Amino acid sequence: MGGNGKLMNLTLHVWRQRNRNSPGKLVAYAAKNISPDMSFLEMMDVVNEDLIARGEEPVAFDHDCREGICGQCGVVVNGNAHGPRKATTTCQLHMRSFRDGDSIRIEPWRAAGFPVIKDLIVDRSAFDRIIAAGGFITAPTGNAPDGNAILVPKKNSDLAMDAAQCIGCGACVAACPNGSAMLFVAAKVSHLGLLPQGQPERSDRVLNMVAKMDEEGFGTCTNHAECEAACPKEIRIEFIARMNRDYLKALFFSRP
Amino acid sequence: MELKANIPSGPLEQKWTRHKFEMKLVNPANKRKYSVIIVGSGLAGGSAAASLAELGYNVKVFCFQDSPRRAHSIAAQGGINAAKNYQNDGDSVYRLFYDTVKGGDFRSREANVHRLAEVSLNIIDQCVAQGVPFAREYGGTLSNRSFGGAQVSRTFYARGQTGQQLLLGAYQAMMRQVGLGTVKLFARHEMLDLVLVDGRARGIVARDLETGQIESHVADAVILATGGYGRVFFLATYAQGANGTAIWRAYKKGAAFANPCYTQIHPTCIPVSGEHQSKLTLMSESLRNDGRIWVPKKPGDTRLPKQIPEDERDYYLERKYPSFGNLSPRDISSRAAKQMCDEGRGVGPGGRGVYLDFSDAIERLGEDKIRERYGNLFEMYERITDENPYRMPMRIYPAMHYTMGGLWVDYNLMSTIPGLFVLGEANFSDHGANRLGASALMQGLADGYFVIPYTIGHYFASSKQTKVGTDHAAFKEAEGVVDARLKKLLGSQGKRSPDSIHRELGRVMWDDCGMARTEQGLHRVLQKVPALREELWQNVRVPGEGENINQSLEKAGRVADFLELGELLCQDALERRESCGGHFREEFQTPDGEALRDDERFCHVAAWEYAGEGKKPIRHIEPLEFENVHLQTRSYK
Repeated sequence: MGGNGKLMNLTLHVWRQRNRNSPGKLVAYAAKNISPDMSFLEMMDVVNEDLIARGEEPVAFDHDCREGICGQCGVVVNGNAHGPRKATTTCQLHMRSFRDGDSIRIEPWRAAGFPVIKDLIVDRSAFDRIIAAGGFITAPTGNAPDGNAILVPKKNSDLAMDAAQCIGCGACVAACPNGSAMLFVAAKVSHLGLLPQGQPERSDRVLNMVAKMDEEGFGTCTNHAECEAACPKEIRIEFIARMNRDYLKALFFSRP
Repeated sequence: MELKANIPSGPLEQKWTRHKFEMKLVNPANKRKYSVIIVGSGLAGGSAAASLAELGYNVKVFCFQDSPRRAHSIAAQGGINAAKNYQNDGDSVYRLFYDTVKGGDFRSREANVHRLAEVSLNIIDQCVAQGVPFAREYGGTLSNRSFGGAQVSRTFYARGQTGQQLLLGAYQAMMRQVGLGTVKLFARHEMLDLVLVDGRARGIVARDLETGQIESHVADAVILATGGYGRVFFLATYAQGANGTAIWRAYKKGAAFANPCYTQIHPTCIPVSGEHQSKLTLMSESLRNDGRIWVPKKPGDTRLPKQIPEDERDYYLERKYPSFGNLSPRDISSRAAKQMCDEGRGVGPGGRGVYLDFSDAIERLGEDKIRERYGNLFEMYERITDENPYRMPMRIYPAMHYTMGGLWVDYNLMSTIPGLFVLGEANFSDHGANRLGASALMQGLADGYFVIPYTIGHYFASSKQTKVGTDHAAFKEAEGVVDARLKKLLGSQGKRSPDSIHRELGRVMWDDCGMARTEQGLHRVLQKVPALREELWQNVRVPGEGENINQSLEKAGRVADFLELGELLCQDALERRESCGGHFREEFQTPDGEALRDDERFCHVAAWEYAGEGKKPIRHIEPLEFENVHLQTRSYK
């Protein structure tokens, strides 16, 4: 840990790529006078201000809320999706996790399902399409019974919430050697499948979401568990097991 | 410009029911003939998109993020209010209505607020049906907690991520429609102009942020659900991309802008740590259920918090407002914190902080219970500050959080431009001069799920739509204006980055138009903002090209709009010579430092009309009439 307020000088090796169709490469930049209290993205802001001052194009990266919940940020830092700190999005990673003089390699998510569109920005719209394929409960506005008419055991509700916390950042895919999106899909399948409201569509949901996931070019799960290690919301791979059970059950027992 | 609020007649509690019956309908087979553009995919936009598509309308949704699920509603932590009275503690629709009108310092429309309280019941039901995993009791029923400005427990929540779960509910409902082909999604698109044909809103010009392509989109109505404009202060709890561009372009096309000076400063945010800071992070108001706020009694006391004995601590909210204590409304709590720091009793670096202390609650309930309730917030605090809030009290300070002002809308949520509807934080409608905690989520979803589906049909059924295509001259003209502006920004060979100008704008706005405002300070900032605007157009530097992602270009455009919007905000603050809610004019306060309203002269909505480049905007008035609630000085004592 850096800490104690001393400013640091770092060398960054950052992936630069003009657009979808261009090749990219790592380019070295100096990050000077970095405070350990800065977030990782604020450090990138400093580097970008410097680049603009020199008339160069700043490094493009995705980010929005900067409080770890929107899921828009995410880069691979020294080979780790979202960087070295457990359960932490890139925007919540702080420079006190680094030391003066460090070299830091910064790359985009790399996976067949996430094409790079500029520098550190990837296209994650496949996740939206997977949700559109079945990641919902059909409950058109106006149809709902009273909230307390549906009782949900606290245990199930809490477990559903554990899965529902997924922020859709894609770190699981980036961390997986197979580029699999199983953790993302399993989190949604589990969240909705654990609740009584989610039962009517439980079989169709898992079949349709998995089919879409495969179609989008994500790999399959071979139990590396890298996804769980990288997940900033600590979504557990037990949800993948749950999804596999649901999938098998649906495959054998559901009517077309 | 005429401000016709179109509030239905009849007794308060029957207005909405009666209005729903009196509005015209579009028959199911005809709905598919109408198209709607929705800009923004947060709670308001997402819920509207899902609901309108379910009804059969053709919907196009635009958001600047890479996915509609990123919209900043996702960051709301604490909860959503609803008058369910599940706790048997005396809540009712009328009480939620009353609390909200009072919380807003009697500067909102009674009829709108009552409708909001009515539909709050349906919102919870709807969200449960969608699978939102609200907190539950062991028996399986829904759990509640309390929020500021209320003496009942009416807040529903999903750990500290209520906004996330509600947004994902709306997003999933919308994505279902995307799958069905009734909603067309345009992510990474930014609306850069509103297009009017024959005086009606008929479409937008948007930029594809990946390819730089300028695109026109036509529809029979346009809905803006683009959130608030608080990033005019640069440092705020808002997302980095949050901007006022869509509502500002609509304003310049004729939509009145109401009460821009009503801005909310949230009392519990992590204090600024340095010059590099890009945003301020909120610590949910729900923490005030169990945390106690205090400062040392003695100015300049630098001892560690646990070395300060109980009798040398000032639990100032409990002292000043004994009936509401730590759950006093946001405007009041924020001002009290500022007052403590101004007296030299602030804590932490620079003396700009107060303690939010959980040690009593940890002693009473145990650390596990506190972890269950607020675990994720405590972790977030620790990640940012490197301090453990289970051991040390949190340090917090007020920060810019929400804007009650926004585009003026009538009871049907339509702006002064026919066919342009405005939902959620982007409008001004329900919160008066101060919003209560857990009411933003309620309003966003009320507008999207339960108001617009009725009122937009009435608009379609009672107005004739002419056939218009994107080849219409109005679209071509708007595209030309947008393109020229982008080219001007790209070609500018100045020295300053868009961020550096934005940061400076934020500083001058915060200094003179932030938590406390004075005539003198407002005159000062009204000199500085136009000068800074000049600086941007003369001296900004936007590297890169227009045909690929160019985040500097996006930022420059947004800052340019903020530099105009900020001026209107200050003008409104200057003209409103009273203190109310989040708008505090130092000249107008009671002897004990509370906001002093002037109901004789200012019991109205101020709606500003754009008068043209370089001309002073025109201030219109919509008088507020209180038929049910008695106007009084707000007291939380």
